[in-house]
Amino acid sequence: MAKRIEDFKIKENLRLNNDLFILELTGNNQIPTLKPGQFAQVRIEGSPETFLRRPISIHDVDYERNTIKFLIQIAGKGTKRLSNLKQGETLNIIYPLGNSFSLPGENEKVLLVGGGCGVAPLLFLGKYLQLKGYKPEILLGFRNSDRIIEYNEYTGIGTVYLTTEDGSSGEKGFVTEHTVLNEQHYDHVYCCGPESMMKAVAAYCSKNDINCEVSLEHLMACGFGVCLCCVVNTVNGNLCSCIDGPVFNTKELKW
Amino acid sequence: MVNLGFTVGNLKFKNPVITASGTFGNGSEYDDFIDVSRLGGIILKGTTMEPREGNSYPRMAETPSGMLNSVGLQNKGIDYFEKNIYPVIAAYDTNVIVNVNGSYVEDYIALAERVNKLDKIPAIELNISCPNVKMGGMAFGTNPESAREVIKAVRAVYTRILIVKLSPNVTNITDFARISEEEGADSVSLINTLLGMAIDIRTMKPSLSTITGGLSGPAVKPVALRMVWQVAKAVKIPVIGIGGIMSAGDAIEFLLAGASAIQVGTGSFIDPGISITILEGIAKYLSDKGCSDVKEIIGLINR
Repeated sequence: MAKRIEDFKIKENLRLNNDLFILELTGNNQIPTLKPGQFAQVRIEGSPETFLRRPISIHDVDYERNTIKFLIQIAGKGTKRLSNLKQGETLNIIYPLGNSFSLPGENEKVLLVGGGCGVAPLLFLGKYLQLKGYKPEILLGFRNSDRIIEYNEYTGIGTVYLTTEDGSSGEKGFVTEHTVLNEQHYDHVYCCGPESMMKAVAAYCSKNDINCEVSLEHLMACGFGVCLCCVVNTVNGNLCSCIDGPVFNTKELKW
Repeated sequence: MVNLGFTVGNLKFKNPVITASGTFGNGSEYDDFIDVSRLGGIILKGTTMEPREGNSYPRMAETPSGMLNSVGLQNKGIDYFEKNIYPVIAAYDTNVIVNVNGSYVEDYIALAERVNKLDKIPAIELNISCPNVKMGGMAFGTNPESAREVIKAVRAVYTRILIVKLSPNVTNITDFARISEEEGADSVSLINTLLGMAIDIRTMKPSLSTITGGLSGPAVKPVALRMVWQVAKAVKIPVIGIGGIMSAGDAIEFLLAGASAIQVGTGSFIDPGISITILEGIAKYLSDKGCSDVKEIIGLINR
């Protein structure tokens, strides 16, 4: 699909907690069909110091209202600036970029696993799978009950299992310690979150012979396969997270 | 109509806007954004005889108004280039230039000989200034004897237009420009990236896997401009200015300092259409200034 550079209007900037916010953007042109896992390169206007674009996952898309959503974590000066955007302001993005999650096989049992801000691409994926007739289940992990975000969005897609590190909601511990993983057998796991979490999920999947796809967050400059900065070490050599990813089957990764 | 064309040796460029190696892939990555054939030239990603995997991640760190990279010449080698890339880029109606790299003088010679046989590649940019490889690269471009040896050797086998890309990581860059001219280079391009580093105080580790890397972007522009000005006064061959060019105004500064043409690099990452915006901006500037030819402003501050 052709990549575009377009200005979007901020429809809403919704603060979820100290460091997470959701930008809802309206397109000036019709948003093309997007695939879950794809991302956009977002320009930081008026900040020559942080001049590189920031890669942000497509969190949700509504073709009828012609809007897309980004779930963003304030990680530095660039994302801090994005968090201050006001309704009506303009955001320039290059999109759609990257590959996408693959569809599961017919009748396969699917689990989405996300942690913290890593749930960003999973909402779009969950809705997409639901639309395609799958019944995905969702396993979410957060630090504590105050950090839980968008819980109700996920319960609308399928059964949600929850863990918190302090046990203040759901089961206590990490996602890989949730009892559902011993009780159910899944055929296909999609995961996004901190790298340590993705590695633990990949190890569980490898041990149990489960197909596992993860969405990686690597530093990049361009986002369209030119700068070669965002490389991922794979069995096929160094591949670009921006064009060969960000979604990789964990069998390909040299983790 | 303003005449924007210039020549290097017998090679005509339709305008002075060229895209820098390592920032423009093989051109086709930009087809969704611009008509690549409108550019004066494109310089392809650094190429070596053998495929290279480059350095480990992380290879990039953003710094104030700049970025450090330590990609390390990742490329698929000349065999892959000839088979898969050359047939595609041959369709562009612009000067497609290969950036030539090696670890030893013999590698540069072998690669120059191979590229010499490719009819649609009218020029090479000899990269003796990459700061991110363990062998070759900047090691050639920061030692006068080594620089002379590799330029002489490549000149002996390469019959088309030879551009030498200079390193800024030297005491006096004009020495290297003069050596390039003496050994028969048709042009020099400068600057390659400035050696730099950054440390992540959160993890208490260097931001790059290689510790040091090459700095590019607006942060380097004043240094690049000064070096281009010095070199333009020191040699008679055309000088191609590179370093932090993000607008037509930036490009015009380089032309006024004595560059016959400019390369757009890091700017294309942020705005993939920036090279065309710069081209149009230069034309408008010249027209507004009542100039009929870009040559009227080349090195104007030195007259």
